[in-house]
Amino acid sequence: MADSEVLHAEHRLEYPYSRSTGPVIGAFLTALRDGRFVGATGSDGRVIVPPTEYDPITSDDVGELVDVGPGGVVESWAWVSRPLRKHPLQTPFAWALITLDGADTAMLHAVDAPGPDALSTGTRVTARYRPAAERIGSMADVEAFVVEGGAS
Amino acid sequence: MADETTDPGPVTTLATPIRLDFEFTPGVAQSKFLRGLERAEFHGQRCSVCGKVYVPSRGSCPTDGVPTTEDVLLGNSGTVTTYCVVNVPFAGQSIEIPYICAQILLDGANLSFMGLIQEIPTDQIRMGMRVEAVWVDESELTPSLASVRYFRPTGEPDADYDTYKEYL
Repeated sequence: MADSEVLHAEHRLEYPYSRSTGPVIGAFLTALRDGRFVGATGSDGRVIVPPTEYDPITSDDVGELVDVGPGGVVESWAWVSRPLRKHPLQTPFAWALITLDGADTAMLHAVDAPGPDALSTGTRVTARYRPAAERIGSMADVEAFVVEGGAS
Repeated sequence: MADETTDPGPVTTLATPIRLDFEFTPGVAQSKFLRGLERAEFHGQRCSVCGKVYVPSRGSCPTDGVPTTEDVLLGNSGTVTTYCVVNVPFAGQSIEIPYICAQILLDGANLSFMGLIQEIPTDQIRMGMRVEAVWVDESELTPSLASVRYFRPTGEPDADYDTYKEYL
């Protein structure tokens, strides 16, 4: 290599963290692996999805877990026309806040839609899960949401 | 009842790796150091104000804030200022444990750097030990610290504590 050539090197800094999920988040992730959504009942009766470990008002333990979804409503969304390598989908998609049926809070996830015209606030979407054998107990067990009755 | 051989049980942990991929460009001073490694040589730079020799040099003196413009070729030997015997396995470990990781002050340098010590039982390493670099084969030399295979004892008498006490 000639000394005039500018040196450069590829570096990777990586930490293989593993987190304890605890009983509430663990139950949420276990349900995802089973192909279901659960939320936690708060002290005011609202259903929080994804569940928090503690009540956002009283800080007590949250109440019982209840099934929600798999359908829901888009509250707001942003279209990603050029997905990045780490995005859940490699084709154009939307990040959306989705209130699942039976839930009182919105949850962030990707929506696989044919284009931005297919989405609006109030659009009904439903979860598209990965095959059961590929699910590990992760938010990514839901590949994306899709428009109910839509082409994708 | 769930089949106990296939039921994975509740989710209790979540893998959350953090990764940063980046491209490093070393700049003028560090490039001289790295080019030197490619020739099995240690190159440093001297500060024109305080006279200290930095190896590797970052291109300026952190004490005086002036560019280091005088290049200095250092020798192959130095002194262990301090060390650590690594007995704990960890992810990505590439050297068989136990091994010795030492701060080495090259002769004529005023900055130590970290190096692997081999060819000595781990319980015989000590501060002040005189060591020399063992390089990879000439065909394997690259502009990287991987060109230094390791450091090994020279067999010389230990360095006097006063010669390296400023570098601990």
